[in-house]
Amino acid sequence: MSSCNNSACLNEARRVAIFGGTHGNEMSGVTLVNLWVKNSAEIQRKGVETKPFITNPKAVEKCTRYVDTDLNRAFTPENLSAPGGDNLPYEVQRAQEINRIFGPKESPDAYDVIFDLHNTTSNMGCTLILESSNDHFNLQMMHYIKKAIAPASCLVLLNEHPLLKYSTSRSVAKHPVGLEVGPQPQGVLRSNIFEAMRVILKHALDFIELFNEGMEFPPCTVEAFRVLERIDYPRDANGNIIAMVHPNLQDCDWEPLNPGDPMFQTFDGKTIHYHGSGTVYPTFINEAAYYEKQQAFVTTRREALVASAIRKV
Amino acid sequence: MEVDKVVCLPRLPRVAVCGGTHGNELSGVYLVRELLKAEKKVMEKEEEEPLSVLMVLSNPRAMQQCRRYVDTDLNRCFTHAKLNGPIPDDAPYEIIRSRELNATLGPKGNPEAVDLVCDLHNTTANMGLCFIAYSDCDWICMHIFRHLQRQMPDVPMRYIHFDVSNKESYSLDSVGKHGFAMEIGPQPHGVVRSNIYTAMKVGVQHMLDWVRIFNSGTIFEGGCVDVFTMIKHIDYPRDSETRNITAAIHPQVQDRDFCLLHPEDPLFQTFSGETLRYKGNEPLYPFFINECAYYEKGIALSLARKRLNSGIERFLDLKG
Repeated sequence: MSSCNNSACLNEARRVAIFGGTHGNEMSGVTLVNLWVKNSAEIQRKGVETKPFITNPKAVEKCTRYVDTDLNRAFTPENLSAPGGDNLPYEVQRAQEINRIFGPKESPDAYDVIFDLHNTTSNMGCTLILESSNDHFNLQMMHYIKKAIAPASCLVLLNEHPLLKYSTSRSVAKHPVGLEVGPQPQGVLRSNIFEAMRVILKHALDFIELFNEGMEFPPCTVEAFRVLERIDYPRDANGNIIAMVHPNLQDCDWEPLNPGDPMFQTFDGKTIHYHGSGTVYPTFINEAAYYEKQQAFVTTRREALVASAIRKV
Repeated sequence: MEVDKVVCLPRLPRVAVCGGTHGNELSGVYLVRELLKAEKKVMEKEEEEPLSVLMVLSNPRAMQQCRRYVDTDLNRCFTHAKLNGPIPDDAPYEIIRSRELNATLGPKGNPEAVDLVCDLHNTTANMGLCFIAYSDCDWICMHIFRHLQRQMPDVPMRYIHFDVSNKESYSLDSVGKHGFAMEIGPQPHGVVRSNIYTAMKVGVQHMLDWVRIFNSGTIFEGGCVDVFTMIKHIDYPRDSETRNITAAIHPQVQDRDFCLLHPEDPLFQTFSGETLRYKGNEPLYPFFINECAYYEKGIALSLARKRLNSGIERFLDLKG
């Protein structure tokens, strides 16, 4: 990244991908990408090649999150270089294929931007997921989107926690953007959720077009929620869940959780309280897919991320 | 309209509460697991016989995988035809399981069958608490429903009737002498929401309380229950080649289960933004609006007529 006149000069974003069906039962992304594969007029922008792509077609066909293993955890260096071809789990094969088409990951040939479309059963509204606080292009894009959809809300979740971050399908690109919209049950298509995701993508592509045309984006601050910790459900000695998200916490994504607040309710009605050292902002509260990943919710803290001015080289 | 006749019905010594008939409908799964932990025979007063409550986890393999079913929908396996006759060794898991359940809780149609089956379900539709039954004149089920309505006034509650003959009845609750499904939503599959779980737990408790009160010889006054009788289903508009859906439930209908739908009301919104309207010729009550599991069954929503059933009779039990 070179600096010219206090702006960071970045290459144009010429190659953009929109991934749907990374989880085969998250229907907004599946539906949007299928629509755009048939007719891409809506996602075309001057000077940008935008490719809609179904990342996990077998899971989409079965309307299941994954077939063998979670595709959105599969893009590790070990998996991407694993030999074995057809003997590898289906999603590892897919990861290698996606890395060939849209990567290679961390090489100059990788796609500039990948938007990965997801739904959640959590009441997260529209959330943009950032993997690095140093990605000024992404920060500026997210700032642009938030302003464009105001007063409607779109929050930014930053996951660069060394232990909790994971190897997503979008991580193949130079600028990975996760788009998570909820609440929506798995396997269900809600028109309000579908339209919200569509609008966010429209603004994201508009930003890329403006950037490529030479618009300079001045320095800005982006409010984000940084992932701190994963909290599991209380379990018994056999690993069975013994409590549910407390009614006071259910659906309260992004709201402050203070020490002493109710957090879980056992099946026989007792309250379990949060005993952290300070106020946190929980999210991904009661996401269906995370029961098996030992996660009832994640805690975050609010942080103002600073983005340098950017313009194209 | 009050009816002065008193109907006598036999007591109900054996009740089954079933969860996990669909393995990803988690309120019933967790509730039955919890009740199994605390399982005890309930002893009534000395002269009374105990109420025997069987707690059953209907589809353990599907529960283990957190899926609706493994091979085929268990809750469609209980027709007389499917329960009887020869089956191959590699029969679908749920066909084998349905016969095991029929042996434990039935046999269906036989005097040995349990007196009441309450089968616990969740739906992604915004239906509140619903009883789903094959009969609109099963006084046991209707009195239990009315009891729950009175004990749980803050929970929206409806009684749904599927007009299916005993010969054609296909669900687990049809195995008992009386039976109904207790369906509660909205809850995503694979998730347990504390408010939904609690409503189910309290509903089951009140149901069992009612049975004990009934078995003790109480007379219940007659009264009225609104019954929603299923008339038809409507599928999503689909692409003729791929069969993929081409529209979503319209935002004005989404989450509005049991709000009357009139001819020409918006029904679907296509992905290009066009509104498709309801083309029926009578206003009907929609339910199971956008139930996840029904996409593959070709059902976007179901439609019902509402009728005030004023015939639920007074009755007491008949000993011996």
